[in-house]
Amino acid sequence: MKNVESFTLPSRILHWVMAVMILAMLLIGVFMASTVGSGYYRLVALHRSVGIAILVLAMLRLGNRLHTPPPPLPEDFPPVMKIGAHASHILLYVLMIVLPLVGWGMLSAGGYPIPLWGQSVLLPPILPHNPMLWAELRSVHTLLAFLLFGLVLAHIAAALFHGLIRRDGVLRSMVFRKSLDPISQESHGD
Amino acid sequence: MTTNTHTLSGSILRWLGVIALPFFLMLLFLWAGGWLTPYRLTQVAMLDALQKGSGMHPGFRRNHAKGVCITGWFEGNGNASSLSMATVLQKGRVPVVGRFALAGGLPYQADAPEKVRSMALRLMPSDRQEWRMGINDIPVFPVGTPQEFHDLQLASRPDLTTGKPDPARMQVFRTSHPWLQTARAQIGRRPVSSGFADDTYRSLDSFLFVAEDGTKTAVRWAMVPVQPVMPEIGHANDHDYLFHKVIEDIHTHPLQWRLMVTLAGSGDAIDNPSKGWPQDDRQINAGTLTLTGIGSEENGPCTGITFDPLVLPEGIMPSGDPILQARSAAYMRSFYLRSGERPTAPAVSPEMTVPSANARDKKS
Repeated sequence: MKNVESFTLPSRILHWVMAVMILAMLLIGVFMASTVGSGYYRLVALHRSVGIAILVLAMLRLGNRLHTPPPPLPEDFPPVMKIGAHASHILLYVLMIVLPLVGWGMLSAGGYPIPLWGQSVLLPPILPHNPMLWAELRSVHTLLAFLLFGLVLAHIAAALFHGLIRRDGVLRSMVFRKSLDPISQESHGD
Repeated sequence: MTTNTHTLSGSILRWLGVIALPFFLMLLFLWAGGWLTPYRLTQVAMLDALQKGSGMHPGFRRNHAKGVCITGWFEGNGNASSLSMATVLQKGRVPVVGRFALAGGLPYQADAPEKVRSMALRLMPSDRQEWRMGINDIPVFPVGTPQEFHDLQLASRPDLTTGKPDPARMQVFRTSHPWLQTARAQIGRRPVSSGFADDTYRSLDSFLFVAEDGTKTAVRWAMVPVQPVMPEIGHANDHDYLFHKVIEDIHTHPLQWRLMVTLAGSGDAIDNPSKGWPQDDRQINAGTLTLTGIGSEENGPCTGITFDPLVLPEGIMPSGDPILQARSAAYMRSFYLRSGERPTAPAVSPEMTVPSANARDKKS
């Protein structure tokens, strides 16, 4: 079995915290955009606040990633898959940042106030009030959310493919273990 | 590649392991979006029900489609400031953009006395803690839940041949909803005023006022006209007589309403807008609305605004009233759809809202 260097602890914490947040946001988003039920108002309020939290965390994470590059993929990993892996990760980062910005922008263009965590903090608008733009961005927000959900599913399937089929240590590099496998430490010099 | 050799069944299990989680999440996503439950009441179903009654009118609000923009200010007197910390309710003046409209999705419908009139307002304090409302001139809401609203829209939709609601279909709705009989009777026997200017508009839904110390008070409110209430008079054959009249009225002199806040008494229905509150509940005069301007929706200041009743300032919260949630959701979708459509000229044109020579004379 090949061993891959682990992601640093901050990287892993950021990954898993955001994984939960992003999955929750996608499910809340698609639910609140269809419901007329009693959870609507609270879910929209939660969606706004968690969306901004994701935006902040995604920027932190981008900084972290540029500062601490992730461990390399196994050397025997097929080049086509490597390209796919890199491209999908770039797209994931783009969407983690762009999707909240589009949400913020669409509410700005729609002339909505944008309160966070309760009612006392209001975000400023980032776009001028323009109903046509609101409608367009509202559609773009949905499309990008579908794209992100598809990517998340592909990402999960790929991680499980690494863990269950290839068993190449790539999945293990992102999970938490009690102690680092000594062999994987040796593999630094590969 | 150094994976272990394994049996075929082991391999299948592993591949199942790879796709099981994404597949489960996909199902969860489809369920959350309502795609697996076609009978769940959704925003789309709600707007479809409205559209069945009035047809498709691109660019217009899906309900209260025929309207006119209004402008002015609201002056709080501070009487309600101990109940709510909302800045709009403190002493002081805030600008207002609003809208008068007729209920229903028909943007070119003829004005008629018995049609429900509405006032929509956006109160804009300088700290951006704005308060939006859509209030109506009926004593109670005809239904108590989103599902009832949806079913009433379908039951009351005009018959294709007669152009009027099918009495048999309405009868079925009434007999299956006996608990809405009181609300229907109250709406049916409400006094009808001469126009928009001397009408009383009510929140119908209940809200919670939140004081500085966190105390919550369930309230409803009404805009009660300062100008004398005149009885309904003839309107010749004027298709837009209500709008012509209010345009003339505002150009003649500013129109004013008192914001009367009613505090829920013990036993009052908070979560059901089809149930009225008794007359002897405590009332507070919280301020005065003054309207000085009126203009067509064509490029008007109210056109790009949705008067979502859950756009609330700090100090006002939604109650458990389920209609409020459905209104907020449906207004959002209506605003999204109409904003993406090519706007059509509204019934109340810019020419109609120009002051007439008559009104100018009276003013000077």
